[in-house]
Amino acid sequence: MKTPIQLRLNGEEVAAFADDGANLLDVLRESFGDLTVKGGCWQGTCGTCTVLVGGNPRLSCVTLAESCSGNSVETVAGLRRGADLHPLQSAFMEHFAAQCGYCTPGMLMAAKALLDRNPNPTREDVVDAICGNICRCTGYEPIIAAILDAARKGARRSA
Amino acid sequence: MTVAVKTFARLADAASAVSTERGARFLAGGTLLMRAVNEADPSIETIVRSTDPAFVHVAVSSARVELGAGATMAAILAERELSFLHRVARAVGGPAVREAATVGGNLFAPSPYGDFAVALLALDATVTLAGGYGQRELPLDELLAGRERGASLVSKIAFRRPPGETFRFATVTRVHPKGLSVLSIAALLPLTNARIAGARIAYGAMGHTPLRAKAAERALEGRALDAAGIAPALAVAADGTSPRDDAIASAWWRREILPVHLRRLLLGVDQV
Amino acid sequence: MLEMRKDIFADERDDDLREVGRPTQRQDILGHVTGTSAYYDDHRFANLLHLKVLRSPHAHARIRSIDDAAASRAPGVKRIIRGADVPVNLNTLLSLIQFGKDDEPSLATDTVRYKGEPILAVVATSERAAREALELVRISYDSLPAVFDVEEALKPGAVPVNPAYPKNTFDYHGKYDHQKLRFGDVEAAFAKADMVLEERYQMSPIEHAPTETNGSIAVPDTNGRFTVYTSTQALFFSLDTSAKINAMPSNQLHFVGGTVGGGFGGKVDTLTEPLAILAARLTGAPVRYRLSRHEEMQFGSPRGAERIYIKDGLMRDGRIVARKVRAYFDSGAYTRLSSYAVVKCVAHIPGPYTIPNVHADVYCVFTNRTPATAMRGFGVTALDFALECQMDKGAVAIGMDPLEFRMLNAYRDGDMKAHRRVAKNCALIECAQVAAEKAQWPLREEFRRMSSRKGGGEARPEVVADRSRAPAPAGTPRSPASTPQRVAYDRPQVDAKPPPSPPRDVPSPAGAPPSGSTHGVRRFSSIFGTRRR
Repeated sequence: MKTPIQLRLNGEEVAAFADDGANLLDVLRESFGDLTVKGGCWQGTCGTCTVLVGGNPRLSCVTLAESCSGNSVETVAGLRRGADLHPLQSAFMEHFAAQCGYCTPGMLMAAKALLDRNPNPTREDVVDAICGNICRCTGYEPIIAAILDAARKGARRSA
Repeated sequence: MTVAVKTFARLADAASAVSTERGARFLAGGTLLMRAVNEADPSIETIVRSTDPAFVHVAVSSARVELGAGATMAAILAERELSFLHRVARAVGGPAVREAATVGGNLFAPSPYGDFAVALLALDATVTLAGGYGQRELPLDELLAGRERGASLVSKIAFRRPPGETFRFATVTRVHPKGLSVLSIAALLPLTNARIAGARIAYGAMGHTPLRAKAAERALEGRALDAAGIAPALAVAADGTSPRDDAIASAWWRREILPVHLRRLLLGVDQV
Repeated sequence: MLEMRKDIFADERDDDLREVGRPTQRQDILGHVTGTSAYYDDHRFANLLHLKVLRSPHAHARIRSIDDAAASRAPGVKRIIRGADVPVNLNTLLSLIQFGKDDEPSLATDTVRYKGEPILAVVATSERAAREALELVRISYDSLPAVFDVEEALKPGAVPVNPAYPKNTFDYHGKYDHQKLRFGDVEAAFAKADMVLEERYQMSPIEHAPTETNGSIAVPDTNGRFTVYTSTQALFFSLDTSAKINAMPSNQLHFVGGTVGGGFGGKVDTLTEPLAILAARLTGAPVRYRLSRHEEMQFGSPRGAERIYIKDGLMRDGRIVARKVRAYFDSGAYTRLSSYAVVKCVAHIPGPYTIPNVHADVYCVFTNRTPATAMRGFGVTALDFALECQMDKGAVAIGMDPLEFRMLNAYRDGDMKAHRRVAKNCALIECAQVAAEKAQWPLREEFRRMSSRKGGGEARPEVVADRSRAPAPAGTPRSPASTPQRVAYDRPQVDAKPPPSPPRDVPSPAGAPPSGSTHGVRRFSSIFGTRRR
């Protein structure tokens, strides 16, 4: 059986039919062609597939796609505004916060969820925000530094 | 073959479907069930879900707390009146898991998951089961003892709000700041004239399900929360437990460190 | 924080480094932060088929029968692949460089030798259909005794694991069951040592756990060619391995990779490409073979377990006069790269220390465990763990500062290494000095002034026990050896003295013995405890 799924994906209304019981990760990649979302475990343990649903971070691999119907979904594909990178993206570049890059989309979305809610996080807040996201390359420190730096720069911009 | 998804506006109807549909499983937060669906678990043929607002309702009064079984860890963390449970809710996964993971689902999470259920056990919670033939209440201990049999749907969890600072919780992890529990301990420690009266202590990852530390509770009765007062309780801390070896820790290690962490919890020494 | 210490060895090079010491952005970083870097699974094909393998639930068993009739009729199933369908169903990774015998099937036919060994593959229209079909396969097994411990596997009468290696040891050069290192005479040195320290070290297997699991997609192209999108870390290595197993010329394969979601050595084994290509050949459709997280963690080859015994002969003044190492590398059921890890390990013994008597025997052992492979300095990291623990224990045993103990024994320019190469461009002493400075670790004056360029080329002079800086006489006179080759970046030799040859015996501790008692020497062993002789 197929189920209709309608989302506001990075601001665009999109719709598709997906298998009953399909997870959001597979639907984003296979039905909506958003390959910026990566799958790491399909069991809700690594954080690689983190996206924002209704502004909140969710593990798309263990989220029933149809439960998101009518809701907004944000992925890394929607972070960039034209040629301009999101401050988090620039900060990840400046701080060498990506090596293999595979956890990076999920890491960025987990960080965005934090900064959207708390523009001036402490280091502890940042660590908690990404504590469900596994990175096997960097050792996390460059990522923490990048998020803190993005918060500082973002705050300055809006001030 | 794909699975079928059935969504019900009323929780009672969802409960009927869970007990009558072939291979039906109820979807709460999805963190456990969707994993099994992704792995094509052949025992799952139908996913049942409900959009009933009562399922996610949280009600806190001065004396009593009622949590809809579908309330998420994030919802608990958003409720200031439940600050005594915030440490527990934060022990469950990272932010993305907390947005999905529910109070009800946690009651069925296999060890070493299920830290929230440990807290609820110490709080002497009562669960309400929604069935096709109406509602039924039972103590959490009973539900946990028979939880493998399944086929019942928890709609609500209720407990008396613990007075003052009487509730404590600690989880021991190997990875910091966040990791699966080597073990967790929750304790309700009511004091009368500086003496313990009616303590409830519960452990996570010390058995097949969260379980009570009844020997330690008895040994604490009438004692003060100081080094001498808690010594008899520490001596029997591991009585009645049956921890398992898993990837997080060995059963031996769990038994060894249990009294250490129970001591810290009872004395109010900060966990490392 | 990056810090360039140009003051150290400043006279050895021009200060004209343009890249070293300066951050340089990765060329693929923009793709990473925008999510547009294309990993193997970010390519889309119409009518993609999905391959899943059935894995052995037993660590060691004979396969009595396989019934895949129901599975082959299951919805969505396009093809079932058995061992007999694999053109060359026996391979070893390093056969490409003529190292080792072909010993591992792509799909087991008569015997399974580790839990998780692939037996059969289902190719279906969806991953779910493939998983459901696997549930329908019936295999009956005769369970066989299994061996999981490296030393048990070497005992007489142990269960033979791998028919290519009936003694449960890898064959080096077709005849040696282990790798050896011999330098000086350790037994004579132990007899004269003030103290003997013997310890056992055990490392568990470690899974690389890349966030992207191993996988590949094989796509039939025109002219009988196949394009393979893969997570491999070793593109051409995987290409040649796939060509060999599929008995096809390598020019029929076009491998596309390079963007790898974490490897750390765990993506060199060519786990998925050969079967994906075979399935694409047999079905004429693009086929993806992607390991689940569970498969990656349980059956993706880890860094193997290593057991290491180290016995050191120590002098009270801190000199290590002998080091004997016996180590066992658990290769699992087949040879992936542990055979090579052993070679690396032996090349690293005895660590960065000048020890006049060294003896090592290192074995690559087969057990009924998951085959082990490369991971981040494999062969060396476990040994370093053992050696540096041993150095700390040695320092404690003789009552010396652990950093100074290391510096005293560190390689210096001109020292003869156990492998009969002269040490050059040494820098451990300087690294230790900087580390001590950063950690505010107090070093005594003579250690702060120590240099890798001074005092090499001869046995470490005995240090008087009260640590006064009385000069000690040098060791036995040495005969000149051949002049080692020098390259442009080599530091000039410290003095005109020709490099020494390896000692034939323990350097006789010249001069008076260290102050204090010379009898009742303490011997410590973690295995036999402390005893006096």
